Amino acid sequence: MAQVTLNKVVKKFDQTEAVRGIDLDIADQEFVVLVGPSGCGKSTTLRMIAGLEETTAGEIMIGGQIVNDLPPKDRDIAMVFQNYALYPHMTVFENMSFGLRLKKFPKAEIKQRVERAARILDITELLERRPRQLSGGQRQRVAMGRAIVRNPKVFLFDEPLSNLDAKLRVQMRTEIKKVHQQVRTTTVYVTHDQVEAMTLADRVVVMNGGRIEQIGTPHELYHAPKTRFVAGFIGSPTMNFIPCRLVEVTGALGVQLAEGLTLPVPSERDPAYRPYAGRALVLGIRPEHITETRAYAAGAEFAMSVDVVEPMGMETIVYFMVDGTEVCARVTPEAALAPGKRMRFLADMRHMHLIDPQSERVIDVPGATRVHGTARVPAA
Amino acid sequence: MSETIPRRLVTPTPAETSGALKGSLYRLSRRRSTTAFLFALPLLSVVGGLIVYPALYAIYLSLLNRTQTKFIGFGNYAFLFTRDTFWAVVEQSCIFALTAVILKALVGIVTAHLVNNLPAKGQRKWRGMLLIPWVIPLSLSTLGWFWLLDPTYSAFNWLFAQIAGPRIPWLSEPNWARFCTILVNVWYGAPFFLIMYLAALKSVPEQLYEAAAIDGASAWQKFLHITLPMMRNVIAITVLFSLIVTFANYDIVRVLTSGGPRNTTHIFATWAFQLGIASGDIPLGASVSLFMFPILGVSAIFILRGVRRRGREV
Amino acid sequence: MNAAAELPQRRLFGGSLRRNRRWALAASYFFLVLFAIFFLIPPYYQLVTATKSSAEISNQTTDPWLPSFAPTSENIEELWNKTDFPIYLRNTALVTLCVVAITMTIAVPAAFSLGRMKFWGSGILATGVFLTYLVPDSLLFLPLFKIVGSLGLLNSYWALVLVYPTLTVPFCTWIMIGYFQSIPKELDEAALIDGASHLQMLSKIFIPVALPGLIAATIFAFTVCWAAFVYPMAFIFSSDQQVLTAGTITTLVKGDVYQWGMIMTAALIGAAPPLVVYAFLMDYYIAGLTSGATKG
Repeated sequence: MAQVTLNKVVKKFDQTEAVRGIDLDIADQEFVVLVGPSGCGKSTTLRMIAGLEETTAGEIMIGGQIVNDLPPKDRDIAMVFQNYALYPHMTVFENMSFGLRLKKFPKAEIKQRVERAARILDITELLERRPRQLSGGQRQRVAMGRAIVRNPKVFLFDEPLSNLDAKLRVQMRTEIKKVHQQVRTTTVYVTHDQVEAMTLADRVVVMNGGRIEQIGTPHELYHAPKTRFVAGFIGSPTMNFIPCRLVEVTGALGVQLAEGLTLPVPSERDPAYRPYAGRALVLGIRPEHITETRAYAAGAEFAMSVDVVEPMGMETIVYFMVDGTEVCARVTPEAALAPGKRMRFLADMRHMHLIDPQSERVIDVPGATRVHGTARVPAA
Repeated sequence: MSETIPRRLVTPTPAETSGALKGSLYRLSRRRSTTAFLFALPLLSVVGGLIVYPALYAIYLSLLNRTQTKFIGFGNYAFLFTRDTFWAVVEQSCIFALTAVILKALVGIVTAHLVNNLPAKGQRKWRGMLLIPWVIPLSLSTLGWFWLLDPTYSAFNWLFAQIAGPRIPWLSEPNWARFCTILVNVWYGAPFFLIMYLAALKSVPEQLYEAAAIDGASAWQKFLHITLPMMRNVIAITVLFSLIVTFANYDIVRVLTSGGPRNTTHIFATWAFQLGIASGDIPLGASVSLFMFPILGVSAIFILRGVRRRGREV
Repeated sequence: MNAAAELPQRRLFGGSLRRNRRWALAASYFFLVLFAIFFLIPPYYQLVTATKSSAEISNQTTDPWLPSFAPTSENIEELWNKTDFPIYLRNTALVTLCVVAITMTIAVPAAFSLGRMKFWGSGILATGVFLTYLVPDSLLFLPLFKIVGSLGLLNSYWALVLVYPTLTVPFCTWIMIGYFQSIPKELDEAALIDGASHLQMLSKIFIPVALPGLIAATIFAFTVCWAAFVYPMAFIFSSDQQVLTAGTITTLVKGDVYQWGMIMTAALIGAAPPLVVYAFLMDYYIAGLTSGATKG
């Protein structure tokens, strides 16, 4: 068990900078997920922690020890790979015990450790099989088992669920969370799937272009994204970004989206937004916060003619245009909808964000993470 | 690097960082490439000591006189150019290699297609049977041909005699002897083409043929527009490769004709052996064998291009 | 043409398509039989001759293509008892065994190094190794004759143990590089994290996983050594050091009276080991040799 610290870590491949100076403190027993689009440097960061890539600059510490110059085997880490990387010629038992056997552990202890890990993962009856006789989910478990038996300081996961089908992915996600709650080993987990990141992590690190965009709990990332990138990356369907102008109408602030369409800014946000009055900004609002009008909910109402209707079963996604920008909303399937039909929408402005288009940063609102009554959890 | 100073408290200057970085990088790369180099060392010594060095040594030898006591420059080559036998060997080597390779490629393509037409279950059996010539040591199977073509007891001539056909002087008449060396070479080498083409045929995605069938392509058009282009690289590599092997072949001519009658079937390898070992003029033999070099070199360059391309595609 | 008009026509073609396919299959079998006859004539004829006595062979009134009416074992007995053939066989086996062992010991670590460890210049070296395979023995035997002579190994089968690796090592390395490169990169990273050294990674992970390639390379080395002809012809001239190929050609095929039955017996015995190996391990061998072709 150990904490992991990255201090100004840089990685250059020939000319290109894959990781451009990362600072990250991971507490003991914490489950941290690195998430971002492909090429954002998340896997490279993980591989540097593992010792599979050298750091170009900066330092990496595991359990208080600088490990930059240590080979992977001396870092006391275990890694689970995307394609599992099981040794095809060994049985499950041999796969899981390979590292221990290389370290010349006594036979009895190897057996005991493997059996314990097998029990945790429910693969006891597979121990004598070979990898090719296993299903994708079982291979995934064995790969995790190989990590668990080593009892390392840190678990590293490199997109471990990408090769599984959607259903199994959800199942294994729960499995990984359960295992972490049992063994409580510090874990660094890389994925490009924001849902995976949100559901698994104690803290999520959103990366983009070799830099960290934001570090925070899933809740913070969802409710108080710091940059336009994070706001757009977290949540599905993605947040709407609508060019607007912050205007003052009879003393109160409002966002003017188009001629004749101005939505009021909630009064508690007034102090934070007041300095930006009169400027051209971007309104960020999630589809789940634009709904059909509801008798019991307050918000800004407006009417729009619907362009596209996508029924999903439990809800219906609709698209409409606001002054040349496509906007997505999530409405109840009961609403009788057809393309071209006009309908009244309700925007829950307590969940609005304003983004400064120059800096691409979300304007900071103190207390924005407070949960509001009608906020829905993003669907998986 | 002193570990006594808690490093996190000290902010390294850029110069320090790059210094530390270089040190560790060098150490790591040195450790890794030292192991790698040690692993490759025996190979490098075999290749260097027993292939590259002798090849260069052959060039040096070819510049010496018969007793290897005097440096005579290009004297051996000049001498060869005046000899009719030399030009006959050049001609025969080219005829032998080109004809044999073309025929091998044709027989290989045809048999590969025939085997590929069969139901999948029987293919392995047929492939195994057709591959037998290629597995028997060439000198020993050529001995079988030698016996089949024996001047007195030729089993072929016996067959011809049954239908009152002519008695063919297989190995004693120059053109028949040339034909026989090529025949044996095709017999021996075609199976290699067969397995290469068969493997290549199997790697052509079935959907391409299905798409072509829907587009209305005939069997011949499928072959012309799908099979051939898809196999072009494999065919080229196999042909060039076989060209080298055939050009440098020694076994067939040595066992079948020993170069006769009257040196008409000698090719570079057998004539070089004749001059170098049998007649003891190593420099002259080396000069002859070195004439294989340009052909080998050109083929090798083209093969390499094909292999490189393959590497890029993978 | 519209779809409705096409429909009945297509049904019509369905019948002829099946008929065409049957014809194509029959034609394939017919031509394959012809090719098989061509390919199998020499070994068959060798076998037929080997069972006949000299008298029967020289009797030109009987059909030489038919098996003997009185099969004899006199050829094999004479070959075994009155010639040096057993010595050739023993020498060949010894030399082959040594060279195969040497070849694999050199080629496997080298392939791991060139194909997997990727140090500076490894790509060029790998290509260079492939190129040296294209340098034929018939170009090298004269300088090697001098080199072998200066080492005092002329007329000793140890000279063959020394020079045969030039025939086997480059190509075996090339085969193994291909196999090693096809192993996913994560496998050695996993081994690295599990704490394996480079030697352990090679012996515990790569060799077992690339076993089919190892078998293919071993068969290749075996076949080539067993059949090698130029080098023993050039370097060996006394019977006690001679190997099978050159020995059969130079000492058995001699003089005016050929003992064809015995010669063919010798040729068959010499061809037997590669044939047996091949019969059992053909699939590995072909996969190894054609792996390049299928990739292209």
